[in-house]
Amino acid sequence: MNTEVATTPLSPAPGRAGARSGTRLGDTLFHLVCLGGALVVGVLLALVLWQLFKGSSLALKQFGWKFFTGSEWNPVTDQFGALPFIFGTLVSSGIALLIAVPLGIGTAIYLTDLAPVKLRQPMTSLIEMLAAVPSVVWGLWGLFVLMPLLRASIYPLLQKWFGFLPLFQGPIYGIGLLTSGIILAIMILPIVTSVSREVLRSVPNLQREAAYALGATRWEVTRIAVLSYARRGLFGAAVLGLGRAIGETMAVTMVIGNTPFIGWSLFHPAGTLASGIANEFTEATTDIYQSSLFELGLVLLGVTILVNIVAQAMVRAFTTAETRQVA
Amino acid sequence: MNVTSSNHNIRKAKSFAMNGLCILCAVLVILPLGLILFYLIQKGASSLNWAFFTGLPKSAGVPGGGMGNAIVGTLELLALASGIGVPIGVLGGVYLSEYGGERMNTWIRFWADVLNGVPSIVWGMVAYALVVLPMKGFSAWAGALALAFIMIPLVLRTTEEVLALVPRSYREAALALGLPQWKTIVRIILPTARRGIITGILLAMGRVAGETAPLLFTALGNDYWNKNLSKPIAALPLEIFNYSISPYDDWNRQAWAGALVLVAMTFCLSLSVRLFSTGRFQKNT
Repeated sequence: MNTEVATTPLSPAPGRAGARSGTRLGDTLFHLVCLGGALVVGVLLALVLWQLFKGSSLALKQFGWKFFTGSEWNPVTDQFGALPFIFGTLVSSGIALLIAVPLGIGTAIYLTDLAPVKLRQPMTSLIEMLAAVPSVVWGLWGLFVLMPLLRASIYPLLQKWFGFLPLFQGPIYGIGLLTSGIILAIMILPIVTSVSREVLRSVPNLQREAAYALGATRWEVTRIAVLSYARRGLFGAAVLGLGRAIGETMAVTMVIGNTPFIGWSLFHPAGTLASGIANEFTEATTDIYQSSLFELGLVLLGVTILVNIVAQAMVRAFTTAETRQVA
Repeated sequence: MNVTSSNHNIRKAKSFAMNGLCILCAVLVILPLGLILFYLIQKGASSLNWAFFTGLPKSAGVPGGGMGNAIVGTLELLALASGIGVPIGVLGGVYLSEYGGERMNTWIRFWADVLNGVPSIVWGMVAYALVVLPMKGFSAWAGALALAFIMIPLVLRTTEEVLALVPRSYREAALALGLPQWKTIVRIILPTARRGIITGILLAMGRVAGETAPLLFTALGNDYWNKNLSKPIAALPLEIFNYSISPYDDWNRQAWAGALVLVAMTFCLSLSVRLFSTGRFQKNT
């Protein structure tokens, strides 16, 4: 009886050995399951590229490079060139950046260096709430509130003062490039602001203190010690905003007018890559029509991926370099 | 002396002006939020009634009707998308934080960040090609899959970040007590980080709850209650879109009401995020 008790822990009982190999099996299984979850992102990336390539193969074959230079998008004659949509995407995103980047950086300066400490957190939360408003709601607001206001009072003034520029000539429809640019600006403000704020916060305080010690005013500190120092990171924030603006779909679809257009007037209705897909995909009756829309998607995907990679590299290079220096 | 002092005054004035400009920027950034909330309540609140939440849409031109099916549809889509996206995202996050080597992790993080930048309409096209074409019809599944695709990289990244905050000593203590690694993860590490993981999931749900573009040609929309997930389903964002571009005043009015409900939903999600994430990390261990 006694000996039995003493020997049990020493000799590996069959039950224990079983449990241990079960453990090893459990570990391997769990490891593999987790690996699977992680690899899904790689699979998804391959899937997106493959599906869009497959979907657009017909258009790729038929139009080749001419797809990018063709300025005619005509489903009736089965003639598809993406240039009007590329134009619309570039112009509306460009307008959005012109408005959102100065505002976003100004706000970020206010939030990091100027605002009373008590105000900073609530303001940041408000900006996060701004980001939580769905795209379709911005579209609704743009269509029923902003667009009538712009059409009735702002655009006529612009035309009166700057009408000598071709940008502000032509009939005022209300919907169009400028309106969608303004809506886009509002929508990318949260990301531009929050990334700029992150960038400004990673500027070492020593930098500011040194400038103050030299007798700089508050703005000079911001300009000399903070802004010029954080230039690259802020540029990254702007490019990140650009990536958002290019891919934004619903709000733009609702206020841009969805007409393929290339020309000078910012008041003219136009179309973007994303709005073209959203507007026409369910109507695409012929194979080549649908395939061309898939190719628009492929262009859109390629551009956003490129823009995002550049932007992230810039922001990350800046913020990690700074934190390393401080640490 | 005189010159420097006037120069100083100019510099101070300039500083004052530029700081004022920054404050103006901040006001202009917050302004749209106030405006949109004001108009949502002004134009939407009066249309909210019992029929709006429970009823089906009436045919064009007939006043009344509701978005009950769309509200339920959005909740169904959210549940399905989370059912697909959350387990994959969380497991992937566990892999990055607990198993993966440096090189592998760098790649997976990079891919996830690239996926996060993919426009949502593109996910709609992918789900269309994957589900709608083979099944020869628009379906709730296709819409849910498109939303799940958006959720996966988001959940994965936040889960990884939260798990990295769990102290190393927890893992060492559990392993030293003879727990196998998978049990350490499932019983010790995941519960410790529960709050943060749920926060990440809620954030991802809030992000996809208002998505319209990926549903346009997957879930499509439906004027009736959906009884079969292989059939088209109504969703609140889709309904708002269709009603707002329609020429009927009554539909436009309901679009505002729908938007108010949708924004209330997403704000509730982000509010619960705040409640979850403000709790102290160690408290719930």
